[in-house]
Amino acid sequence: MSATPAEFAPPATPAGKAADYLDQRLGIANAAKKQLRKIFPDHWSFMLGEIALYSFIILLLSGVFLTLFFTPSMNEVTYNGSYTPLDGIRMSEAYASTVNISFDVRGGLLMRQIHHWAALIFVMAITVHMLRIFFTGAFRKPREINWLIGFGLFVCALLEGFCGYSLPDDLLSGTGLRIAEGVILSIPIVGTYVSFFLFGGEFPGHDLVPRLFTIHILLVPGILLALITAHLILVFYQKHTQWAGPGRTEENVVGLPLLPVYTAKAGGFFFVIFGITAFLGGLVSINPIWSYGPYVPNQISAGSQPDWYIGFLEGSLRMMPNLEFNFWGHTLSLNVLIPALIVPGILFTGLALYPFIEAWVTGDRREHHILDRPRNVPTRTAIGVAGATFYGVLWLVGGNDLIATHFHLSLEQITWFGRFAVFLGPAFAFWITRRICFGLQRADRDKVLHGRESGIIVRAPSGEFSEIHEPLSQGDLHKLTAHDVHRPLSLTEVADSNGVPAPKMRQAKLRARVTKWYFGERVEKPTAEEYHDAISSGHH
Amino acid sequence: MSTGEMNYEEEHGGAVAVEEEHGHAVVPAGDPFADPGLEPHRPRIFDIDEKAAKRAERQVAALFALSTLSAIGFMVAYTEIPRTAIVDFFPIGAVSASNFALGVLLGISMFSLGGGAIYWARTLMTDVEFPQERHHLESSAQDKAAAVAEWKQGVEDSGIKRRPLIRRTLIGALAILPLPALWILRDLGPLPGDTLRSTAWSEGELIINDATVSIDLTTGTGIKPEEVTIGSLFMARPAKALTAGEDYNNLMAKAAIFLVRMDPADIVSQRERDWGYEGIVAFSKICTHVGCAVDLYEQQTHHMLCPCHQSTFDLSDAGKVIFGPAARSLPQLPITVNADGYLVARSDFQEPVGPSFWERG
Repeated sequence: MSATPAEFAPPATPAGKAADYLDQRLGIANAAKKQLRKIFPDHWSFMLGEIALYSFIILLLSGVFLTLFFTPSMNEVTYNGSYTPLDGIRMSEAYASTVNISFDVRGGLLMRQIHHWAALIFVMAITVHMLRIFFTGAFRKPREINWLIGFGLFVCALLEGFCGYSLPDDLLSGTGLRIAEGVILSIPIVGTYVSFFLFGGEFPGHDLVPRLFTIHILLVPGILLALITAHLILVFYQKHTQWAGPGRTEENVVGLPLLPVYTAKAGGFFFVIFGITAFLGGLVSINPIWSYGPYVPNQISAGSQPDWYIGFLEGSLRMMPNLEFNFWGHTLSLNVLIPALIVPGILFTGLALYPFIEAWVTGDRREHHILDRPRNVPTRTAIGVAGATFYGVLWLVGGNDLIATHFHLSLEQITWFGRFAVFLGPAFAFWITRRICFGLQRADRDKVLHGRESGIIVRAPSGEFSEIHEPLSQGDLHKLTAHDVHRPLSLTEVADSNGVPAPKMRQAKLRARVTKWYFGERVEKPTAEEYHDAISSGHH
Repeated sequence: MSTGEMNYEEEHGGAVAVEEEHGHAVVPAGDPFADPGLEPHRPRIFDIDEKAAKRAERQVAALFALSTLSAIGFMVAYTEIPRTAIVDFFPIGAVSASNFALGVLLGISMFSLGGGAIYWARTLMTDVEFPQERHHLESSAQDKAAAVAEWKQGVEDSGIKRRPLIRRTLIGALAILPLPALWILRDLGPLPGDTLRSTAWSEGELIINDATVSIDLTTGTGIKPEEVTIGSLFMARPAKALTAGEDYNNLMAKAAIFLVRMDPADIVSQRERDWGYEGIVAFSKICTHVGCAVDLYEQQTHHMLCPCHQSTFDLSDAGKVIFGPAARSLPQLPITVNADGYLVARSDFQEPVGPSFWERG
């Protein structure tokens, strides 16, 4: 459905002349002819990444505004601005300028709140987008590299969020930094040095806010921008994945053109997201730093909570038993090191490497552009749900004090519950997810073989009741049977046993075992024979 | 246009469901699950009814007009609403009128602009889906071979393989280069030395009651033992904090303490009793887990809780950890009374306060 090329006529309009001017210097017509009508498939889940992109743009715009008024300095000043409850109190310039932005700069509070809301939405959108990619297998060849870029974006977003949260130098953010210092100190051998170099000496010092400012407005956004560019170029170049369906194959992409449909939809969606953050910024108060007061190390407010995306680290710290060792004049604080660095380290490494692990298990070297329905790859789906459950338990325990006060429960019991649930929860989630996936696959199989339940009950002359099943359309039949059913590999399939050296043999055995774990239990697709039998028998 | 689509139509004459029998279509022999190709486009009301299309056009235009009006309203609100004005209504409560108006108007302006564009795309722009071929990402064998040949020629031309001296010295130079980049960061901060082992407390240092400290943090008064009644909790700091100036936060990050008084008979630890004064004991306020300020005191049980991660310390038993992730007791500050009858420190803490670190031992 491409337009028929016309004879090129010298441009008459100013826009046409400008385009021609550029083309004579940059040759843009060649790219434009291919890309202007580029096809993108349509599905609601494909806009999650868009939300992340647009909230990033909102963050850049509102962030630039904030830098015009924010003073990244820990020099002490005495406040005498228009917010009288803080009158005469000593505070850092960073905190004082944040209070000024909130009360004395018109639109300042709005921009601060838009910035904070957009940050929460940014990390949330990345997280949900990443889950979507995971559960639909969109990370498979050829998109493993883009998965890694996306993972880098996720980690940078967390870091960026934490740095930004720390800049106002209020009681809450200072407490967060104090915890960060405690975590850094727990790193064996170099921890104390890293802490002194980061803070410019002892905590809190006078250097941290300006340093975090540079990291927050230059270093990490620069990396984010570069990674986002690479991420989008790859999406563009490799073309978007699509769901199975009539006419959708591994060799094509079916959808609507960039110009005009996605230009309008995606461009419009940016303004919708901006509009929503503006509503939030105008209507829902967030991070009212003036009510927390400036950071002082000897104060704290009960029920302190970090932004949502740091909650899992907080919960991890809270539930860890107090394991610490002293030997040869050294202290190893496993009570901090394990929950704050090792557990997230393992979780994130597993996340980053998953596409490569799965490719090794399946031995699948084909390109995949048709997405998996989560039910059709039960073990992957179960691993994902187990990981999400692990994260979820950590996150919940991060609010154990709030749960305790709101639901009148014992804090100790919640913590102990978390200590068990963090292991048992994922195991249970893994098991139940696989069962649900198999159940859904069987339901699909029944639907293919016997048609869709119509809800119409008929009574036969013999008195027998039965429900009429309506046949599926050819498109649905195809859609429900388009997936692969993976099978475990036998040892001989994994490696030709003739003359395989011993270490390779061990690896082959391991792989055969893992494939059995992945694909040992499965629901087969209906065969053509089964289908014809089901139809000719006429019984449901 | 996929070839599968054409073939299916040709083979089966476009007749998928031929006959109904027991609610089932009778499907031709062959692959019953074959891809039937793209479904035919189902026209929307906007494609066939010019009236509906006109209505959609007006709706889109109305949204764009609303956006314009709100944007103008935003500028008016910016100029006209005083910064101190407050609006108060359910369920939002009292908020800045300026922030409220700016947020809502900006929101309407953005949302209706975006909503208009999306509605336009969904109603009046084409929704005929069509396929585009994917190109092969992998290069052809010839291209790969050509690339390898070019690379080899380039490497050959450089002579790097034939001249190991150049190769090795180059690798050496590149390997050493990151080190100066690290070296130059040395002045980010001083070395830790023993700084984490000492605080501002020393023999005779007056204990200042936090509640008496002036707003500029430069004056405050000491605490007499008789002020500290059983069950009361005093937050306190060394007198040095009053003159610390810019170093105030650094000093307080290690030296903040609190005092409680218990019935000496309730105190389990002999050393704790010795380091206290007639049942008054002073502990570091900095949690030994990751350094938050401990804060929640239960008079009856003598438990002190850190609100960050809920480490709980037993103040009647030398600050021992009884719950939570902290591994070490809260350090106790030995105190006594000076000639004027005020509580003072007998010495610095006998161990480092705050979170553990590698060199702590």
